[in-house]
Amino acid sequence: MATLAISETADGGRVLALAGRLDASTIRPLWDEGRRAVAAAQGARVVVDAAKVDYCDGAGVAMLIGLMQQGGPDRVEVANLAPAFAALLGQFDAERLARDLDPAPPRRPAVEETGLVAATIWADLKRLIVFTGETAAALAWAVRRPDRVRWKDVWMICERVGVDALPIVALISFLLGVILAFESAVPMRRFGAELFVADLIGIAMLRELGALMTAILLAGRSGAAFAAELGTMTVNQEVDALTTMGLDPVRFLVTPRIIAALLMTPLLTLFADLVGLLGGAVTMHAFSIPFVTYIREINGIVDFGDFMAGFVKSFVFAVLIAGIGCLRGLQARAGASSVGDSATSAVVSGIVLLVIVDGVFAVVYYLLGI
Amino acid sequence: MAAALPDDPIIRVRDVTAGYGETAILEHVTFDVRRGEIFVILGGSGSGKSTLLKHMIGLEPTLAGSILIDGDDIVTAEGDLRQAILRRFGVMYQSGALFGSMTLAENVRLPLEEYTDLDDGEIALIARMKLAMVGLDAYTGHLPAEVSGGMQKRAAIARALALDPKIVFLDEPSAGLDPITSAELDALVRRLARGLGVTFVIVSHELPSIFAIADRVIMVDRARRGIVAEGDPRELCDSSPDPWVRRFFHREAEPLPA
Repeated sequence: MATLAISETADGGRVLALAGRLDASTIRPLWDEGRRAVAAAQGARVVVDAAKVDYCDGAGVAMLIGLMQQGGPDRVEVANLAPAFAALLGQFDAERLARDLDPAPPRRPAVEETGLVAATIWADLKRLIVFTGETAAALAWAVRRPDRVRWKDVWMICERVGVDALPIVALISFLLGVILAFESAVPMRRFGAELFVADLIGIAMLRELGALMTAILLAGRSGAAFAAELGTMTVNQEVDALTTMGLDPVRFLVTPRIIAALLMTPLLTLFADLVGLLGGAVTMHAFSIPFVTYIREINGIVDFGDFMAGFVKSFVFAVLIAGIGCLRGLQARAGASSVGDSATSAVVSGIVLLVIVDGVFAVVYYLLGI
Repeated sequence: MAAALPDDPIIRVRDVTAGYGETAILEHVTFDVRRGEIFVILGGSGSGKSTLLKHMIGLEPTLAGSILIDGDDIVTAEGDLRQAILRRFGVMYQSGALFGSMTLAENVRLPLEEYTDLDDGEIALIARMKLAMVGLDAYTGHLPAEVSGGMQKRAAIARALALDPKIVFLDEPSAGLDPITSAELDALVRRLARGLGVTFVIVSHELPSIFAIADRVIMVDRARRGIVAEGDPRELCDSSPDPWVRRFFHREAEPLPA
């Protein structure tokens, strides 16, 4: 415990007699009392008598310095502090500590802020273009020199991107098929047209939803993983190490990931298509449409072109997801939060790009009459 | 304030087997750290000294044995008792381990905000003092990524000292520091140990710094699975019966086979 006794001197000054143990758990009330006493002295001398202080750690010293700062060093004097604690106090310059030597920079005016944002977007766009070029060059190199591609890495990433994603892709596609069928079968039944739900599911899953849902799942799963992995490597200077070894980080890290995504995304899309159709079949069965009728109906309406429309998209989606994930990872700067930002940005910009590209495909298919 | 009392150990390590999972790295390790002393755990790379430190600060459970921190066993403690033990010491990790999204001052403020009822201005002053102690009061508003590795380390020491703990563990404090900063750090450690009776447990292999500040050292070796030497570093350097220990202190390489 610690105590503070305040007495007034003849000239209106104060003597603050401290006693006991000064540490973070005891100084709180003393500091307040001391502050009031220094203020009450109104410019007269204040002596802090520390003769009876038997322990004073960093927090206690902070209180003494705080009082000295408040009254000014010529007005507030600390007396009789034991030599060990005085040495601790002596290492600090109360005046220097009163100043914030590293203040936060002032807020920029709105115009400057807008300009900065624009410049950042422009730089990001340029980086994207450069990265696209680098990736294309690295892929062309991989085609010319397939023996130099790190296939061990490719297979490992294939497993993580493809095989490990099977359960979640199966679950989402199956539910998608079930829900799509159910939601459309209920109103269509009123017209006795529930058989045509099979057409709807067949076309929607194969042309659009199989590819898009798989791509969105992969953006959330593998795009984020790529960004976090490469981001951590960047933060840990592993990417710098590759560069100084004369190894191109894009060729070394990005190429295997893009190849793995290119191999796995179409297969997962195919899988999602089939599981989605199966989900639809289960619902249709509940609506008394036999499995054989369902298949025959889909066979009649869906042709190979519909399947290819979705399948071709999945290759483009694969490059997008892997590319954005890797780019965001390589753009990480420093620290744990920057890796988090990379992963977030990979998922967000990945999904936005997926939707835009899907829209472009829809227009192109329409114009080509596919 | 306590002077170093020979029979008043603040940490008692008893018959500890250190390691991870099934793999034992050091076996039957027993030693005491006395109150207020500067105690150094020495050893070559991969000797298990950092593993031993991890056990002492309660990050990894020991495979066997007990570690008493001021009377309480950190290996078995749970709940409030464990929390109380953890507040008795501060740790500086080898890489600094500062929180990257916080400025240096915010890093030092964090334990003060969580564990004391001081107001904002008071905490700000203490944080600035702690950073001034390690010569970083002009960098309070910088993020860890904006300062050098050595500065990060010094800020980490300031954070470890934030609550004025009785014991401070430093993992390789001098590695990566320039000689002047390293000497200043040694002086700071000595001042805190002698002035406030803070106990320091330092994992290191920086010989100049060890000779300058260590009261006692233990030397661990993985090949022999335990402590190979214990005592005053100068005495060990001059007169250890163990040739490996003498070679270590004299910085001599393994003799080449003829």
